[in-house]
Amino acid sequence: MTVLLQGHQLTRRWGGLVAVNQVSLALESGTVHAVIGTNGAGKSTLINLLSGETEPSSGQVQLLGQDVTRWSQPQRARAGLGRSYQRNTIYPGFTVLENCRLAAQARHPQPWQWWRDAQRCEFSMGAARAAVARTGLDAVADRQAGLLSHGQKRQLEIAMCLATGPQVLLLDEPLAGMGAEETERMLALLTELRQGHAILLVEHDMDAVFRIADTITVMVNGSVIATGSPDAVRHNPEVQAAYLGGH
Amino acid sequence: MKHKLGFVVACFAALALYPAVAGSFGLDLVTKIMVYAIFALSLELLVGATGLVCFGQAAFFGIGAYAAVLLSPANGDAPGLWWLLPASVAAAAAYAAVMGALCLRTQGVYFIMVTLAFAQMAYYIVHDTPLGGGTDGIYLTAKPVLGPAASPWLDLDKPLAIYGFTLACLALQFGFMALLLCSRFGRALAGIKANEQRMRATGFSTYPYKLAAFVISGGMAGLGGFLFGVKDGFVNPELMSWHLSGAVLIMIILGGLGHLRGALIGAFAFALLQEFFKSEAIFGAFAKHWTLGLGLTIIASVALLPRGLVGLPGQLAARLTGQRPSSAAAANASEAP
Repeated sequence: MTVLLQGHQLTRRWGGLVAVNQVSLALESGTVHAVIGTNGAGKSTLINLLSGETEPSSGQVQLLGQDVTRWSQPQRARAGLGRSYQRNTIYPGFTVLENCRLAAQARHPQPWQWWRDAQRCEFSMGAARAAVARTGLDAVADRQAGLLSHGQKRQLEIAMCLATGPQVLLLDEPLAGMGAEETERMLALLTELRQGHAILLVEHDMDAVFRIADTITVMVNGSVIATGSPDAVRHNPEVQAAYLGGH
Repeated sequence: MKHKLGFVVACFAALALYPAVAGSFGLDLVTKIMVYAIFALSLELLVGATGLVCFGQAAFFGIGAYAAVLLSPANGDAPGLWWLLPASVAAAAAYAAVMGALCLRTQGVYFIMVTLAFAQMAYYIVHDTPLGGGTDGIYLTAKPVLGPAASPWLDLDKPLAIYGFTLACLALQFGFMALLLCSRFGRALAGIKANEQRMRATGFSTYPYKLAAFVISGGMAGLGGFLFGVKDGFVNPELMSWHLSGAVLIMIILGGLGHLRGALIGAFAFALLQEFFKSEAIFGAFAKHWTLGLGLTIIASVALLPRGLVGLPGQLAARLTGQRPSSAAAANASEAP
């Protein structure tokens, strides 16, 4: 399978604190790669390094075979890297469709146009409608995003990523705060999205992670202690001792 | 949407018809208020549309005004409006470009302070150097005209001409901003205001957008300053003072942030309140303490009208129907400018 995103020996230091220490991973198309670890293990920092939100102290990031280590976050996003955040980062005052339309606009060849109504832009409206449909938000497309349920807001986060036409999705705790039904809906969506995307999933819901992930990386104190298939990770004694508590 | 458009059209129609019933004082006052409205709209682009609280907007206003005077021929010949107006706007926009390029590298309270610092720099340049005439200011020797100097088509020395020209500028600026805010560029600014981090993660390089908004805003404030300088035929450093930057901020807050018509309403409300509290006929000797009355009224307005005067009908409707004001506000949060 094709490696779409690769982090090589990524390290991030803040003074004496090493938040991410020499982490390497490769995301392949059509797979879900989960990163688990306790709070403060460096998972979100790792996503920030891969997405370009934080500059690495050392190491390299390759996107679609290109070295993008010095690229800004918007450049990486336009090159096909989408990300969602732990907390909701939707635009609460806009409709669901407008949230996605604005996201899609980032890829428009003329995003600066100022003399035409943005709602008439077929390019971004088409991409927005497709993203809304794919995430099952059609019924609420015209609803103000701030009035959605928590689960729908998390779906909208992913819809906004999809509207930008990414090949790689970095999802930071997409299941956080969800009920059982919403979790099932989100897992079905992620399973469907696996086709055509490489997905990095940072998540605390272990049942969900072990159900959906093809590869799991376990982090403790900024370092990787194990990487492998769900079965291999589940039976790794070091992982059990450090994180899974003997599950 | 239709009632908002209807309100704006009615306002402009009333302003167009006003000279038919106004005396010279009223004409001059409303011209000044329309200049304030142009100035307030310029700041609305930064604060209401982009979420950038600029506390140095008076610098652009003052530069527009000073450019109008300084670029006019010293021999008393009437300058051509066709070149003086664009030159004054360009001078303000150029200062905004330099100021924005540096200020936009900061955020939050630092941004507010740095914009104030830049405005104070401009203030002291005209205050303390011969360039701006010091505290005395400078007089405009002849007001700009359009057409042949002997028989111009438009002579801004005439009160009705400056009134009509200011109204036309205000209407054009309003239309331009309405178009801009609904466009891709405008929606990107709205996204930056709502969540800049998400905009960057989506693929928007936000800095150029913010800088463009800063330059456009500076140019529009320069237009206001130009009209102010031409109307009064006189400029002084107070046009760049932080008091004026604060006053224009109060105008858009009073009217209702995030709404173009809020800037219009705010400018009118602020200027009329100012005139009201200054009135010796009403307040007698206490009128010299007009800032006290104005300040208390503004504090009460902000406390009682969190969405500004624009939100007053909605707030009253919510009260009458027993709906909670917060949910009414939430339901209206996405409305068009």
